Amino acid sequence: MKRHLISAADLTRDDALLILDTAAELAGVAARPIKKLPTLRGRTVVNLFFEDSTRTRISFEAAAKRLSADVINFSAKGSSVAKGESLKDTALTLEAMGADAVVIRHSASGAAHRLAEWVRGSVVNAGDGTHEHPTQALLDAFTIRQRLARQGAVPDGRDVPHDLRDAGPDGRGAALDGVRVTIVGDVLHGRVARSNVLLLSTLGAEVTLVAPPTLLPFAVGSWPCSVGYDLDAELPKSDVVMMLRVQQERMTAAYFPTIREYRRRYGLDAGRMALLPGHAIVMHPGPMNRGMEIAADVADSPRSTVVDQVANGVTVRMAVLYLLLGGAEAAS
Amino acid sequence: MCALRPQTGHHDTGSHDTGSPPVPPGKPVPPGKEVLSPDEIRRALTRIAHEILERTHGGEGVILLGIPTRGVPLARRVAGRIGEFEGVTIPCGSLDVTMHRDDLRLRPARALGRTEVPPDGVDGKTVVLVDDVLFSGRTVRAALDALNDLGRPRSVQLAVLVDRGHRELPLRADYVGKNLPTAQREVVHVLVTEVDGQDSVLLSPGGGSR
Repeated sequence: MKRHLISAADLTRDDALLILDTAAELAGVAARPIKKLPTLRGRTVVNLFFEDSTRTRISFEAAAKRLSADVINFSAKGSSVAKGESLKDTALTLEAMGADAVVIRHSASGAAHRLAEWVRGSVVNAGDGTHEHPTQALLDAFTIRQRLARQGAVPDGRDVPHDLRDAGPDGRGAALDGVRVTIVGDVLHGRVARSNVLLLSTLGAEVTLVAPPTLLPFAVGSWPCSVGYDLDAELPKSDVVMMLRVQQERMTAAYFPTIREYRRRYGLDAGRMALLPGHAIVMHPGPMNRGMEIAADVADSPRSTVVDQVANGVTVRMAVLYLLLGGAEAAS
Repeated sequence: MCALRPQTGHHDTGSHDTGSPPVPPGKPVPPGKEVLSPDEIRRALTRIAHEILERTHGGEGVILLGIPTRGVPLARRVAGRIGEFEGVTIPCGSLDVTMHRDDLRLRPARALGRTEVPPDGVDGKTVVLVDDVLFSGRTVRAALDALNDLGRPRSVQLAVLVDRGHRELPLRADYVGKNLPTAQREVVHVLVTEVDGQDSVLLSPGGGSR
């Protein structure tokens, strides 16, 4: 594995499987009386958040603490310094404090990449602008594998190699070959979509994006996925449907006429959910706009993995921190 | 698992068969001279099973935890042997010690083995840790730490197939398959059928990786 985790594209299939399998093992720690491992004792993880976030920051904090690392939360909100300059200054400060890992969330795409040039420790991208959010993709992949393997799912008779079916209840060792994932909604502003497309296709899944044409990025044709505009046509052949939040705070133009129209064409309600095959699961990276991209009864249905995704976030981030920091310094 | 005892020509201990062992399908055999044959391994595990029964008065409240990778199949075999002799079922699991090792920072981060504790847990039990080779004792120290996080056993004992000496910590094994005098730089390879396709203990002059 590389020294930093900036993009899901940096992960080879073996890297990704190593992270998922490590996370599968670490999931057992949460069930123990002592939910702590001594592995990162004496190492410092800095959470550097230039953007609001609750679940990601808490998730990284819990992950680092379960591995006995010291956690410093650095919330740069309200800083009036120009962004480029402040990031470099902050990097120098962190360098002086001896941070072994920096978890960064920033509103500018590429911030994590820049930071990695300035600090000696490992940089973990926790979301940079509309670019990437690799740990979210990892926890989504982990959740897909866990849920489909536990259900023993994916109908027979389909001509795809499904080692998921034989992998045992936690899906250990299995990739996602042939699993059909449909990602719906605001792909343009969503870093989650890009990371997921890259990671899931690395793991062998077939990804389809469904969104209004205005909410698809310009270069989507070069992504390793297919694109559709009709949600009802895609749902019956999906194993996984992932609803993305409509990021109104990033929308500076009118991307769709009304919320009502968006909901009607791209929202997932109980009627649409009935089109899914019996084993299919519904995911949402959170926070949800209930009643917009996802109806409340869908979000609370047994198909929904929203709560699993949060719990798996901690174990997957533990795995990432362990693999980046746990051993001797990696070669590159 | 336990083969009927075929009559072999050599003694129980001290046999140094220099003939090259058969090559299993797909697995390269590390170089070295065989110091324990499959039969000797079987006898050693049988003896360990009897000793555990004796020392724990019939295996009451005993659980076996193998240390991955090769301690796990060895623990299962010992548990199977005890079941054959006494008709008692000894719970058997595995205990990964990677996260508790003291040499993590010396090598790149490694993949984790499995930890599977029997459903009743370890509280109040006599836990017998099972590993293939006892060398510096650092793995066992890590195992004691890992065990500490799982609960509070009544007592902890240690069974190893090979004790090769050169301890760096004040630890000893309760049950030893074979005491093997070695030089520090020599390398002991334990092969088990479940992992390597054959049973064997090999001693090579070192210089290789271990």
